[in-house]
Amino acid sequence: MNEEIIISGRMIPHVDPHLELWHWPISLYLFLGGLSAGILFFAALFTILGKEKEFAGAIKRATIVVPFALGIGLIALMYDLTHIMYVWQLYATIRLESPMSWGAWVLMLVTPLSALWVLGYFKEYFPYWSWKTGFVKPLGIVIDWINEYRMTIAWILIPSTLLLGMYTGILLSAFNARPLWNTSVLGILFLTSGLSSGAAVIIWVSQNHVERKLFSQIDLSLIIIELFLIAHMIISLYAGPEVQNQAAQVIMGGQFTFQFFGVVVILGLIVPGILEVLELKGFHFPVAIPVLLVLIGGLVFRFVMIDAGQLTRYLY
Amino acid sequence: MGTSRRQFIKVSALSTGGLALAASSYGLGSSLSDLFDPENDYTGLNLKRVPTYCEVCFWKCAAWTHVDKKGDIVKIIGNDEDPHCNGRLCPRGTGGVGMYSDPDRLKTPMIRVKGKDGNDTFKEASWEEALDLIALKMSTIAKEHGPESIALLKHGSSGSHFEHLFKAFGSDTIGEPAYAQCRGPRETAFALTFGSWIGSPEPTDIRDTKCLVLIGSHIGENMHNSQVQEVAEAIDKDVTIITVDPRASTIAGKSKYWLPIKPATDIALLLAWLNVIINEELYNKEHVEANTVGFEELKAHVQQYTPEWAYTITTLEPALIRTTAREMADAAPAVIVHPGRHVTWYGDDTQRGRAVAILNGLLGSWGKRGGFYNKEKIKVPKFPHPKYPHPKWGWHSLAEDYPFAQMGLTQEIIRASIPEEDTKHKVKAWFVSGTNLPNTIPNRPLLTKAIDSLDFMVVVDTMPMEITGYADVLLPECTYLERYDTIRSATNRQPSIALRAPAAAPKYNSKPSWWMAKEIGMRLGLGDYFKYDDFSDVLDWQLKKMGTSLAEMKKIGVKKFPRKSGPLYTPDNQPINLPTNSGKIQLYSAELEELGFDPIPTYTAHDEPTEGFYRLIYGRAPMHTFSRTSNNPMLADLMPENNVWINPKVAKIWGLKNGQYIWLKNQDDVITDFPIQVRVTERIRWDSVYMVHGFGHHEKELTVAYGKGASDTQMITQTKVDPLMGGTGMRGNFVTFLTEQPNTVES
Amino acid sequence: MRYAMAIDTKKCVGCSDCVVACQTENNVPTGYCRDWVIETVTGTYPDLAIELRSERCNHCAEAPCVSSCPTGASQYGPGGIVFVEHDECIGCGACIESCPYDARYIHPDGYIDKCTFCMHRVEKGQDPACVAVCPTNCMYFGDMDDPNSEISKLVSTRKYKTLAPEAGTDPKIFYLI
Repeated sequence: MNEEIIISGRMIPHVDPHLELWHWPISLYLFLGGLSAGILFFAALFTILGKEKEFAGAIKRATIVVPFALGIGLIALMYDLTHIMYVWQLYATIRLESPMSWGAWVLMLVTPLSALWVLGYFKEYFPYWSWKTGFVKPLGIVIDWINEYRMTIAWILIPSTLLLGMYTGILLSAFNARPLWNTSVLGILFLTSGLSSGAAVIIWVSQNHVERKLFSQIDLSLIIIELFLIAHMIISLYAGPEVQNQAAQVIMGGQFTFQFFGVVVILGLIVPGILEVLELKGFHFPVAIPVLLVLIGGLVFRFVMIDAGQLTRYLY
Repeated sequence: MGTSRRQFIKVSALSTGGLALAASSYGLGSSLSDLFDPENDYTGLNLKRVPTYCEVCFWKCAAWTHVDKKGDIVKIIGNDEDPHCNGRLCPRGTGGVGMYSDPDRLKTPMIRVKGKDGNDTFKEASWEEALDLIALKMSTIAKEHGPESIALLKHGSSGSHFEHLFKAFGSDTIGEPAYAQCRGPRETAFALTFGSWIGSPEPTDIRDTKCLVLIGSHIGENMHNSQVQEVAEAIDKDVTIITVDPRASTIAGKSKYWLPIKPATDIALLLAWLNVIINEELYNKEHVEANTVGFEELKAHVQQYTPEWAYTITTLEPALIRTTAREMADAAPAVIVHPGRHVTWYGDDTQRGRAVAILNGLLGSWGKRGGFYNKEKIKVPKFPHPKYPHPKWGWHSLAEDYPFAQMGLTQEIIRASIPEEDTKHKVKAWFVSGTNLPNTIPNRPLLTKAIDSLDFMVVVDTMPMEITGYADVLLPECTYLERYDTIRSATNRQPSIALRAPAAAPKYNSKPSWWMAKEIGMRLGLGDYFKYDDFSDVLDWQLKKMGTSLAEMKKIGVKKFPRKSGPLYTPDNQPINLPTNSGKIQLYSAELEELGFDPIPTYTAHDEPTEGFYRLIYGRAPMHTFSRTSNNPMLADLMPENNVWINPKVAKIWGLKNGQYIWLKNQDDVITDFPIQVRVTERIRWDSVYMVHGFGHHEKELTVAYGKGASDTQMITQTKVDPLMGGTGMRGNFVTFLTEQPNTVES
Repeated sequence: MRYAMAIDTKKCVGCSDCVVACQTENNVPTGYCRDWVIETVTGTYPDLAIELRSERCNHCAEAPCVSSCPTGASQYGPGGIVFVEHDECIGCGACIESCPYDARYIHPDGYIDKCTFCMHRVEKGQDPACVAVCPTNCMYFGDMDDPNSEISKLVSTRKYKTLAPEAGTDPKIFYLI
């Protein structure tokens, strides 16, 4: 029998016996960040493609969620900071090595753009406001200005939302020290998941059959890709060094197995995937069911990854 | 009070409100938080340093107490000049700050009174009140039963002040657990063999030894500072360490040979080693001829103890016994068969110590480089006082049955306190200073019975240890960092002295022991024995006599003096001159024979565990001392509780898991007050369990230590008393495991 | 200049003086620590090997805590000492997540704290508190760039190992074995 024990020291709050440092706010923030990236990406894409009319759900309706989601995400993120008075230090420097740093900057870019994006449609949301004469007149001028540059904003959003979506995963995968996270697939996996969540929201709010069908197809493809990426992640954990093999145990028989396979994989991916296939084949379900399943799956996925990842470590 | 049963009182029982009030006026709460105040210039250069020597254990390392601008003690660093520590304190010394800052400290004198509910309780008292009562009680009891009937039970530096008080008062009924519960047997054994005690620090020349043999001594887990330092130095020089221990101790892990002996069979191994060394003629014949007596008797005696014979007893391979014997002989005289320190194990401990001493005598390590150096210390002049009166009886009268007892036997003082026993000399009152008897003395029921029978009991301590709950008067002592004490002068390679000066004013309403002793003395009309205002007067007088002064010592902390007794190592061409009867190393002891004891040690079998029971082996952890440090916030942070080491095979049988809490029950059905965590480990034999001493405190006022771990002392209800000197062998206790919470009444 | 530490596991007895000396030197709050002691036991009774290690921040040359820090609060000091500038730290915890040795913690005041090799002492030419106090003298601190330093000599002559070398951080605590 071999032993490795702490004789003295350690058992530090939040660090031992395993990290309990990042909590639900981080999970929520990663989910909302991915979701926002997904929605904005599709909105920008279809704007650039000139499909503003057909894809109003994606471009005008779903995007309303984004500034709120990002706002809540940011509040959650700040809530988890322990030295909050110094938060401005984030924007006193750019550190490309640190995903947290460029993530903060991308957010700094995307959040106001998302707000402008939504603001740009205010005249359509509130057609009966007196835009020409009332006190909202100055706002109208701003809105006109936004719409003038909407195409530019869309072009900026394409790379920045992709970065944002990837960042939520790379943030974790850059941590060598947490073997469960340290897999290169995580960035693309989180991006896919974010896009899938975005597509789900679009399906939900869409009032257009063509749009809904297209996004069902898109979502289905994303779900399939996600399943492959998850398989890839598990395989690469097993192909990795000993610490990663052990890390895989946390979701492969360990304490997060049910949450991961039961909720994320089956309930969050496979079931909505099947429902969407059936939907495309002509069966009808309340649209909210697959959408909510995808969203819950995406959210739980972040929770599982944050919590399970912090269980895994190099030493002891 | 009086003859009624003595109820154990929770120290703050009476006046919780009053205490809280008092506490705030004494500035409680400023303690730990102050230490961690970021305003403190703890890392800067502006710290004042005051010399001290450590009181957390008995090694007494000299150090510098560092005080910040606000007057708070922030750290303690070893004194570079000190031979006890060489500038490096051990964790307990470094963590001594916690002893000072511990918010659980005793804060004000207390007196036992009857509460409204008829139960005993403590009342806060002024020093006047408390000291008056003590003086009154002492003189009343002395009038009726003689001053001899008041016993002093003590440990540590404070004890010496009360010892002076007691001797002046006419009582020599003094005992300390450090003798009969600890190192007594080895001192007697070495006195019988070499004519002198080993003493403390041990004169082992470990830094230059080629072979270090440890019999159950766990250096490294016991942090006897300079000794540990020298072992490390010796490791650098590729020393051969031979460790005999049923447990893979830390030092066993660093040993070339670890002999995982069956417990209680050490004498068999020692005799077999003697057999090999003699029969293979591995000893230095000239040395044996010139410096020893009784070699032929020894040779004849050990013939029966072959390694093959020892194998059947110790379970150690004969080849291993031979190899290790040869290693020792090869290294001789630079070899140390270490006398150990806590050696009260099986009741034949003096004889085991004799076997160790004889082995050293045969190998010629006494007085040699790499063996035992010729120790020396400097005498501190006595501050003038009248001659002590001659008591009619004293500790020696109580130890009559043990002809080789050389200090008071605590357990005999305890027995003499129980009136129904037909004793010649009755002890009526105790004065306890710096020793937590319930976690020190084996056979707790007997101790409680004795305490119950006392007319009066005073306890002096810094902390609300278990013993304080039995006091009639409880005196809060300030810690060593807040007081002057006697000059430290101990045997070493070179004589040296160290000063202890206060680095801060006593916290709360605590006082130094020298002051308490003096105040009681004055009240007893013994003013002539205390002709000084402050103890610093005594120190300055003594230091000036020694060619220095208090002022100089405050600057240097430690002063070394040249050797006067001769060379550190006896030259090879010189016979070693010993203060024994024969002037030589007594391999054969005529003194023992005369009194009907074995003149050369023999092996006797000891009790073995019955089925389902395991021998309880206890020891030390490097971050704790006795039971006194378990509430020290800094040291408790390192190690908050003890655990019980159980071999994986045993754990499997019992279905015990790592980290699980269990209760221990001993052969007398005594169950530990608190559960203890299981450590399943290969480091312990399957017939034994191991735990670190000093945990399982049941005094709730020890807010950090209360209920943490289990007390080994509580499990030690059986003792095997050494017929030579009265040591209480404590390793003949056996425990079994309870996985369910037993139905126990709180003790 | 490249500061490093060598720790002789053959001498270490696990006494934990390094831990408490660090706490008093650096005012580390109770319940927290910047260094700690690990024991490993391998084998079956009585064929056992016991190793004791005093562990702390490895002051890695490729420190993931420095690269993951979004504000630059985690940085390299003189001689490669890795430390946290408290006033630049936002307490995001990225450095804690990134450390394979789990050598950092959140100070009760909010910033992230860790071993600094006692930079304030090293600046004055003293050894870190843990090294200075060690009763077994099993810890050595010095400049790896100086071939004549005791630590350079030890690392070049003795067998050693580092912890979790596969994490790729180029740690600078060498365990002599």
